[in-house]
Amino acid sequence: MRIIRAEHSRRHVLSRMLAATAAALLTGCDAASRSTWLPKVLGVGERASRGAQRLVSGRRALAQEFSAADLSPQFRSNGTANPDNPEYQALAANHFADWRLKIDGLVQRPLQLSLPELRAMEGRTQITRHDCVEGWSAIGQWTGVPLATVLGMAAPRPEARYVVFHCADPMDADGTRYYESVDFDDAYHPQTLLAYELNGAALPIANGAPLRVRIERQLGYKMAKYIMRIELVASFAKIGAGNGGYWEDQGYEWYAGI
Amino acid sequence: MTDLPHVPSAAAHEPGATKILYYRHSLAVRILHWINVVALCVLLMSGLQIFNAHPALYWGKSSYSGTPPFFALAHGFPSWLTLPDGRWLAMGRRWHLFFAWIFVVNGLIYVVYSTLSRHLARDLAPTRKDLRSIRRSIIDHLHLRHPTGAAARRYNVLQKLTYVFVIFGLLPFVILMGWALSPRLDTVIPGWVDIVGGRQSARTLHFIAAWTLVAFVLVHVFEVLISGVFNNLRSMITGRYVVEKEHADHSR
Repeated sequence: MRIIRAEHSRRHVLSRMLAATAAALLTGCDAASRSTWLPKVLGVGERASRGAQRLVSGRRALAQEFSAADLSPQFRSNGTANPDNPEYQALAANHFADWRLKIDGLVQRPLQLSLPELRAMEGRTQITRHDCVEGWSAIGQWTGVPLATVLGMAAPRPEARYVVFHCADPMDADGTRYYESVDFDDAYHPQTLLAYELNGAALPIANGAPLRVRIERQLGYKMAKYIMRIELVASFAKIGAGNGGYWEDQGYEWYAGI
Repeated sequence: MTDLPHVPSAAAHEPGATKILYYRHSLAVRILHWINVVALCVLLMSGLQIFNAHPALYWGKSSYSGTPPFFALAHGFPSWLTLPDGRWLAMGRRWHLFFAWIFVVNGLIYVVYSTLSRHLARDLAPTRKDLRSIRRSIIDHLHLRHPTGAAARRYNVLQKLTYVFVIFGLLPFVILMGWALSPRLDTVIPGWVDIVGGRQSARTLHFIAAWTLVAFVLVHVFEVLISGVFNNLRSMITGRYVVEKEHADHSR
């Protein structure tokens, strides 16, 4: 009897110790999440994933393309559905006739392109899957100009390393605008488009009119909508909070290949 | 994931004692086991954090195909089950994608180690004799009867089959389905995710495989508790496990 009781109390103590340890660990993990050092340590995972994925998949490997039967009946709009920005609203009211895409920064020939000028260039149409960081996917047909074509016209200077998309949509009360950036591997990828059509019709405002970028090997937040300006830079350290994008500045990974 | 050397390397045999303390788990297996425990806990809890960003599951290539999700939770999993504890997708992803590396590297080391050290061939691969005793082993398990004496030194057949299934089936599968969620890894062979029906099917299977692992862990911990919790825990911490000498032939 006494032995059994001793066994019971030992178990009791043990399970309490385990529960206390688990609780302490979890509290520690939650506190560490709010520290400045832990996200940096965990960021090693992002760099490892980026390196490994480039190694196994090839720089110009193509994303899967789908058939018309796979199209989502309605392509989901996420994030901004209609930019709360008077300048943008004025452009939209005039069907973007006065909108110009500016390409500047580290380029030899800064450009300004209108929507008809972009449409006049040789385009590409592709049916691809859009994967949101939240977990959902939608399939849409995109038509646009390869970003490589526009970059070729602007002729990046040798020191340029990143392409930054400056957007019209304010994201918070301060009026911080959405922005994103990619490296030249993705910028010159054959499926990277400046898209002006979705499912055969002009790009709706909810999905980024007049122009959004398609970066088919990364998650949705990389694919900036409402693009106003494309800037070539050697470093994005001085743009926004310096992490290469609006969501990156909120703690998301710059490399969104997984 | 334990190591059962043929020859007890430390048979502490006190005069008159009926118990033999022998070396059951190698240091490598013990370290790899506990790293795996931590990694899987973090992966599960951060995985639920990620799931909560869109708490619905679909079958097929996309989420918006005209058919509604076949599984959805209105508010997701409770925050005490997620890492971090509040809604915080960015940090959940950081935890998940960092510990995914720990888990994969740890698993690779385990596979190499257990092959080279013959842990796999000696302790985990079921023998023909094992397979013949499967019926009896099922009945023993249902009656919560556990081998004693010499038989307790080796894994029983259900244990072997379960470990082999988890190590070489479930764990690689959950990793593969995680990779299927990566738009970049989907380009390795465009369309490979269609093997399981598409990316949203892969997400569903990743989720189901994760809960199957939880079910395994619950059974594993249950068996640890009812077959001598201190003995089992000690063996996975110090390596040493006690068997009763007098019952050496009891279970034959």
